Amino acid sequence: MNPGKKRRTIKTTAQKIYIGLIFLFLYAPILTLIMLSFNASRTRAKWDGFSLKWYAALFDNREIMQALWNTLLIAFVSSLAAVIIGTAACIAVNRMGRKKRAVIMGITNIPMLDADIVTGISLMLLFISFGFKFGLGTILLSHITFCIPYVMLCVMPRIRQVDASVYEAAMDLGASPLLAFFKVVFPDILPGVLSGYLMAFTMSLDDFIITHFTKGAGVDTLSTKIYTEVKKGIKPEMYALSTIIFVTVLLLLLLVNRTPKQRTPRSAGQP
Amino acid sequence: MKDNHQLKTNKLTGQLLSAPYLLWAVIFILVPLGMVFYYGLTDKTGAFTVDNVVAIMSAEHAKALWLSIGLSLVSTLICFLLAYPLAMILANMNVNQHSFVVLIFILPMWMNFLLRTLAWQTLLEKTGVINNILQFFHLPALNIINTPAAIILGMVYNFLPFMVLPIYNSLVKIDPNVVNAARDLGANGIQTFFKIIFPLTIPGVISGITMVFVPALTTFVISKLLGGSKILLIGNVIEEEFTQAGNWHLGSGLSIVLMIFIIFNMIISAIFDKNGEGSML
Amino acid sequence: MGQHTTEFLTPRVFCSHEDTTTKKIDMIHTPEVTAMKKELINLIDISKSFDGESVLDELNLSIHENEFLTLLGPSGCGKTTTLRILGGFVTPDKGRVVFDGQDITSLPPNKRQLNTVFQKYALFTHMNIAENIAFGLKIKNKPQSYINDKIRYALKLVNLEGYERRMPDSLSGGQQQRIAIARAIVNEPKVLLLDEPLGALDLKLRQDMQYELIRLKNELGITFIYVTHDQEEALTMSDTIVVMNQGYIQQIGTPETIYNEPENAFVADFIGDSNIIDSVMIEDKLVSVLGARFACVDTGFGNNKPVDVVIRPEDVELVKPEEGTIQGVVSHLIFKGVHYEMEVMANGFEWLVHSTQMFPVGTKVGIRVNPFNIQIMNKPESEDEEAAAIEG
Repeated sequence: MNPGKKRRTIKTTAQKIYIGLIFLFLYAPILTLIMLSFNASRTRAKWDGFSLKWYAALFDNREIMQALWNTLLIAFVSSLAAVIIGTAACIAVNRMGRKKRAVIMGITNIPMLDADIVTGISLMLLFISFGFKFGLGTILLSHITFCIPYVMLCVMPRIRQVDASVYEAAMDLGASPLLAFFKVVFPDILPGVLSGYLMAFTMSLDDFIITHFTKGAGVDTLSTKIYTEVKKGIKPEMYALSTIIFVTVLLLLLLVNRTPKQRTPRSAGQP
Repeated sequence: MKDNHQLKTNKLTGQLLSAPYLLWAVIFILVPLGMVFYYGLTDKTGAFTVDNVVAIMSAEHAKALWLSIGLSLVSTLICFLLAYPLAMILANMNVNQHSFVVLIFILPMWMNFLLRTLAWQTLLEKTGVINNILQFFHLPALNIINTPAAIILGMVYNFLPFMVLPIYNSLVKIDPNVVNAARDLGANGIQTFFKIIFPLTIPGVISGITMVFVPALTTFVISKLLGGSKILLIGNVIEEEFTQAGNWHLGSGLSIVLMIFIIFNMIISAIFDKNGEGSML
Repeated sequence: MGQHTTEFLTPRVFCSHEDTTTKKIDMIHTPEVTAMKKELINLIDISKSFDGESVLDELNLSIHENEFLTLLGPSGCGKTTTLRILGGFVTPDKGRVVFDGQDITSLPPNKRQLNTVFQKYALFTHMNIAENIAFGLKIKNKPQSYINDKIRYALKLVNLEGYERRMPDSLSGGQQQRIAIARAIVNEPKVLLLDEPLGALDLKLRQDMQYELIRLKNELGITFIYVTHDQEEALTMSDTIVVMNQGYIQQIGTPETIYNEPENAFVADFIGDSNIIDSVMIEDKLVSVLGARFACVDTGFGNNKPVDVVIRPEDVELVKPEEGTIQGVVSHLIFKGVHYEMEVMANGFEWLVHSTQMFPVGTKVGIRVNPFNIQIMNKPESEDEEAAAIEG
């Protein structure tokens, strides 16, 4: 018993160290950026002491604030549109035959499996050929396009789980199809819709490549703004802004993750 | 009569619901891809040509392509080797909330992708954080910034989550009794892993490989940020054709070559992952 | 539901505690009814808790060679944990598992001479049927010709000849179940552990599989340890039933002992329908039930001691009011096919009665019970015991 137990503790310690190293690898750059946002020096090469001046300067930097506004607007609108189109499509696709469904889901997967650069240039060529004016509008259309698959990926499994008889039961009890959908089906798929929205929002916010090819000259999102700054050096206000966004999201997620935990009582069954 | 009517309205709502998406998919997915092929297979006068595709054979382009393939294969392999044990540990930890595991890997995405990658410059530089730490322990300095090694590191860093999540998902889907059954029938830990656990996670592994290999093969950002300006990957070549040289025909032609790899990848993942078992979420 | 089971009994091969059954036993399944067989497995003082919740408490159990032993109880009673301790998937916190004279408490599952048929089958979905069955033999490096013979033999035994190349997904639940059994038995285990193997099947298939399992057990001549919460399954197949609740063994005995002479209210309530009535033992062979005096055959409970009386619904005889020990009025009547189910309100108690004779609602009837059919049980003494006996 004893040597076995010892071996097990060594094993779990090794596992913990491994996980720790991987997370250090994943989060080290983020810690670095947070550090840089408090660096009094303008260059990232040296540490000049702690300072909050970039946070103050951030709100006076109109270019960055404009890019932030554009980024959030695009993420908000495109993920909302993607959720509406994608959820409706999931409901319809779920009712289709096996073959039709496979074809449609295959097309849906293209922007996900395809390289961003190909998606980006293909949309760019489309907009050029049909005389679209490059700007916020083209970015929005592009973002909706690559967000829809993520929404469908989240919503589809949920819809498939919904018991068709629940919907029928609601209609049997006198609800109209629309009412039946919103009263009984929608609450069931809501978690999928929400995680689809969150996923689409995240993807839109983090996108650079597709935006790079489909944005117009005067319009910038945070990503494209950073890209143009790479050569001359990133403005430290950018680190401050990223830190604010990251910490806000982290706190929100902790809050969301904390609440349901306390509510669900542990089941006392046998494992 | 009533049933018939009901069926018809059902069908109609179905069509109405799918119409926006189908229209969208055709205009913004299929037509644009057609445009890439159109531009790639024509010259400036609009005449048919394969020159733009064959241009991949030129020394400069071929070198970029081979380098891209090499670096992306290496980083896919490293991602796999790092991710599998990690996914196994996470799956065994009995983390009650599945979404928690997904979140820790998605969370970094809320810090801008370019900034995250740039942060590696700060970490890797000659006088950067890592070298300072190494120096403190009297260890030799690490000089990989602006080399292919730094690009590989950037690829692994950015795409590791896409390898971990599908493998993790296929691992947690395995019925613990299937593993127990293998033990019950006499298999030891190693035999159980190679005969049962690993084969059952192949859809996840394939999905992970696809999700790492394609973006790694086609990236132009990571090479630009971490490879200095000297190392050109196929992604950089294509990007420059579009944004600087303005030769969309050549850019599209080279993209068609990339798409051959991508389609090959899609087919493989479709074969191994029929039920979407290895999906990311 | 339990009414016909008395006529339909498995032979008594062994009973671990003193057993005074003298009732007639019909032999259907096994030829030998020899008394004591060799002890194969001993569970000694086994305790196990999960997250501080005790699942098994000082459990002791002997399992004999060639026995069909069933662990029966409601979910959460510890029966599955007991089976998993035997299989080696759970290590007990305390106590020992002795197999054939050897302590195997900390032996890993792959080194044990037991094989398990899992709940929901746990087939390897990436292998075909032949590969599934061959798995254990390949691990033991058996020659290919031997493996092939074994596969053929096992498939024949479970009536699925010619299924070698099929994939598990393409089989029905019942067929997958048979493959799971075939996969286990080709390894020639001394003991086969079955964890609610029929739970996922529909009623008809479940009944067919019950006969199949009895046949298999007799053909193989090995010990079966079977876990179920279905009392009819247990009564049909077992040589010995171990009734468990809340981590304690409530009673061990043959199906007929368990059915006819439940030792406490929990067993009586869990096995079939029964009337369990608060009563007072007046003296040996005389009990006061709801104020009326009933003759019985039990002795040694003492005088004027509170007891529980168990009377099976099919043992309650309805007669003319003046002929009954007590009188009542029929309050409910349902036709059940083989019999009528009635409820009779008598002396403030609703008696459940099964009878082939019909008495319309409102009929005044007398109730009579044959002394042999009155089962006297001690009241649980401690609160702990009571909780264990009554809660389900």
